[in-house]
Amino acid sequence: MHTNLNVHTAEKDPPVRRWLTAAALVGVALLAGACGSDPGEEAMGDGAAAGDTASDGRGDDGAGGELTGSIEIDGSSTVGPLTDAVAEEYAAEQPGVTVNLGISGSGGGFERFCGSGDTDISNASRPIKPEEADLCAGNGIEFIEVRVGTDALTMVTHPETDFVDCLTTEEVTTIFGPDDPATSWHQVRSDLPDVELAVFAPGADSGTYDFMVEDVLGVEGSRQDYNAAEDDNVIANGVIGTPESWGFFGFAYYQENADALKALAYDAGEGCVEPSVEAAQDDSYKMTRPLFIYVKQESLAAKAHVADFVTFYLDTVDAVIEDVGYIPAPDAELAEAEEKIAEALGSETRE
Amino acid sequence: MGLSTPAAASHRALADLRRPRGRRATEAAAHAVLLVATLAGIGFLAVLLADILRDGVPRLDLDFLISYSSRHPEQFGVLSSLTGTLSLMVLVALFSFPVGVGAALYLQEFAPDNRFTRLLQVNIANLAGVPSVVYGLLAAGVFVYFLGFGRSLFSGAMALSLLILPVIIVASREALRAVPTSIREAGLALGATPWQVTYRQVLPMAMPGVMTGTILALSRAIGEAAPVLVAGAVFSRRATNEPWKMGEAFAAMPVQIFDLVKRPQHAFQIEVAAAGIVVLLGALLLMNAVAIVLRNRYSRRW
Amino acid sequence: MSRGTARANPLARSSGRPGEKVVLGLLFACGALSIVTTVAIVAVLLVEGSAFFGSISLVEFVTDTRWQPFGEPGSAGFRVGIAPLVAGTLLVTGIGLVVAVPLGLGTAMYLSEYARPRARAILKPILEVLAGVPTVVLGFFALTFVTPLLQDIFGARTIDIYNAGSAGIVVGLMIVPTIASLSEDAMSAVPRELREAAYGVGATTRQVVARVVFPAALSGIVAAVILGMGRAIGETMIVSIAAGNLPTLTVMPGAQVQTMTAYIVQAVGGESARGSLTYQSIFAVGLVLFAMTLALNVVAQRVVRRFTQEYG
Repeated sequence: MHTNLNVHTAEKDPPVRRWLTAAALVGVALLAGACGSDPGEEAMGDGAAAGDTASDGRGDDGAGGELTGSIEIDGSSTVGPLTDAVAEEYAAEQPGVTVNLGISGSGGGFERFCGSGDTDISNASRPIKPEEADLCAGNGIEFIEVRVGTDALTMVTHPETDFVDCLTTEEVTTIFGPDDPATSWHQVRSDLPDVELAVFAPGADSGTYDFMVEDVLGVEGSRQDYNAAEDDNVIANGVIGTPESWGFFGFAYYQENADALKALAYDAGEGCVEPSVEAAQDDSYKMTRPLFIYVKQESLAAKAHVADFVTFYLDTVDAVIEDVGYIPAPDAELAEAEEKIAEALGSETRE
Repeated sequence: MGLSTPAAASHRALADLRRPRGRRATEAAAHAVLLVATLAGIGFLAVLLADILRDGVPRLDLDFLISYSSRHPEQFGVLSSLTGTLSLMVLVALFSFPVGVGAALYLQEFAPDNRFTRLLQVNIANLAGVPSVVYGLLAAGVFVYFLGFGRSLFSGAMALSLLILPVIIVASREALRAVPTSIREAGLALGATPWQVTYRQVLPMAMPGVMTGTILALSRAIGEAAPVLVAGAVFSRRATNEPWKMGEAFAAMPVQIFDLVKRPQHAFQIEVAAAGIVVLLGALLLMNAVAIVLRNRYSRRW
Repeated sequence: MSRGTARANPLARSSGRPGEKVVLGLLFACGALSIVTTVAIVAVLLVEGSAFFGSISLVEFVTDTRWQPFGEPGSAGFRVGIAPLVAGTLLVTGIGLVVAVPLGLGTAMYLSEYARPRARAILKPILEVLAGVPTVVLGFFALTFVTPLLQDIFGARTIDIYNAGSAGIVVGLMIVPTIASLSEDAMSAVPRELREAAYGVGATTRQVVARVVFPAALSGIVAAVILGMGRAIGETMIVSIAAGNLPTLTVMPGAQVQTMTAYIVQAVGGESARGSLTYQSIFAVGLVLFAMTLALNVVAQRVVRRFTQEYG
């Protein structure tokens, strides 16, 4: 071992000390910075006075781009990309406004929205539950429910599976439900061949799963022995790679893999309907779920940039929604939402 | 058992000497086996890297680094999450290095041999095995909610710092342990105080090993998605993260990459995600390079 | 990770100037922070976890063979036996160690005893860079490269699209740099005199490594392996992505499993409402995980202390 006792250099600072001192100084500086900027401190835009909010649509003040502040949004991972697309367009108009978007899930989103109250908008792929609404009420948080789009759930199978084109609700229950789940296609429908059925589907914690089990099938729970995937791309890959398989996910994932997958029509009791944008819009395809944003009234009133963003959202959503892979909400509902928002904003200016 | 002293080792070596046949073959075999072992691990991961580079490099350009996220794969950029990750790196290094080395110094050099010290050791070893997601839960419970820092860059940095602290401590302790006691004794004999000896003799000698441990730990921290996700990293935002804006919402590259791979569009899943990974690895390489330079400087001096 | 140096470490005995007491106090605080961290973790886990055990009996938790904590508690499909998750974790970790210990130690031995300085100077930084590959990336590597490879070798019937084997192998690869680097540091620290003595009586490199260096560095090596094992148990992303999310009580590497960590990730990102039994189960699993690693480390500490050697 080479030892080197530098007793004679005791007066000089070793390099280690210089680095440590520098680091400490930088650390102190950063801490000072942290104490200076609290979360939410930069949220106050230029519209703190309620009287500044426009009362009809976005009027002319959109083009100027002088709004500043941040908007906190969280919730469904399905609606998230849609809100993100709108935020992307909005950033071009109002670069001073930062949209912070999380995807904690519809439930997680409501928890923040109603519980800790730290989000301005909550994305949801289902309506708010009664207990969640109670939580909001209990914390004095008033909100407006806004329907922004539709997601069509699509059942898929391997393209070479030619013996089945359409499934009824009962048949889907046999495939995915909890009681005596089918292991062969023959058990699903007696005129189908006796070949092994491979199931690929979202896991029990996802909103898509909840929707299928609770809303479409109306059963309690599902079969337990399927290929459960958190990532819909894995479901797609599984179905693509496995003949005689069955899977389901959002329409966007079918569209992206349309040449490698075969979509199955769904018979909710009124005949087989294939999934498509048109069929979902005119409600003939029944396996659809509504997409919402829930807007905090207080944020709408107090923050001009939130009001501006929400109005922009309703104006722009139809232009971007198909890029993201969803289906536009019925026009009537969008118009109704616009009215609700305008009313909320208008009533504030009168005060 | 295998514990050896010079005497026992030479004894066994002599015994082996009496078996001349096949020794050269065994030697060559041993050498080959170990070389294969070394290259196998590296090789497997090299395949992975080659795959990523092939998919990601074509997509990489300056715009990718300075643009924000988009629903259009061609316009997508990682500016927000990249600045978030870089800021996290800085903050995590600033916090965990001094605290980690400090704790290691205490435990290895100054702590008395009593039950409390043993408790500390067991505790730190245990913390090294706690899953990264639990550190996210911890950061969420303590920093986001209890202390009220919210889903901020600071909370994310704390989640990662606490995650890698045990690793830094354990590795630093090993490095300190390797410094011969004679160094300390000599320093004290010449009249230096314990702290002087530690600071000017022991620590510099141990620095290369300390830096190794820190490099490994920081590399891991930067690539972790679970803790920052639970501590509140956003899915998307169109603003940059600077280290001094610790109260702001933040994005992080591993979370961004995780999201990209889950999107339906193939362009996102493959090219954009791979490009994002290349950027993240580039940031890691940069950090590693700085650390290696620092380590070599200290190695040469002492 | 040895102790017992207080007797050998002269610094612990002598007193310093008053200013230095402050420094020592600071160092102590750094060390004590680990206690604070543990207390905080336990607190966070206990707050919700104890609520879980208020509703679920410990017997059921330990003995039930199914883990299905989603849906309505009390319904037929709601089962909260943790055995499948523990089995999943142990299976993946076991496979990981089978891969990582030979590769990691082999690499360490090669780098420390056989490699020329130039080779070492190249390979060691490479190892460190590889240690930085994000686990998210490794997870997808396992799913998109290793799994198809295994399916080609063993057939798609034996290897599911999600399986413990792919995840285990990649987890093992992930901890190779950790084990290799730290073991190599431990081996490098073995004094040259020991090696020279052995070479002096005619030992070959292999004999020196096996009989002198390895035993002498054993405590550091065991520390490295334990650190690696701890990481394997706590690994979250690779298993989430590649091992699957279907809790299965099995020892088959080709089967889909769910580890305790993967369950936590799944449930945290899912739709469970705060205060629900599903939400509380996250923390119950966290407690079990924490207890497991604690037990592992206590045992390891005892083992390490027996193998420790000091070199003055």
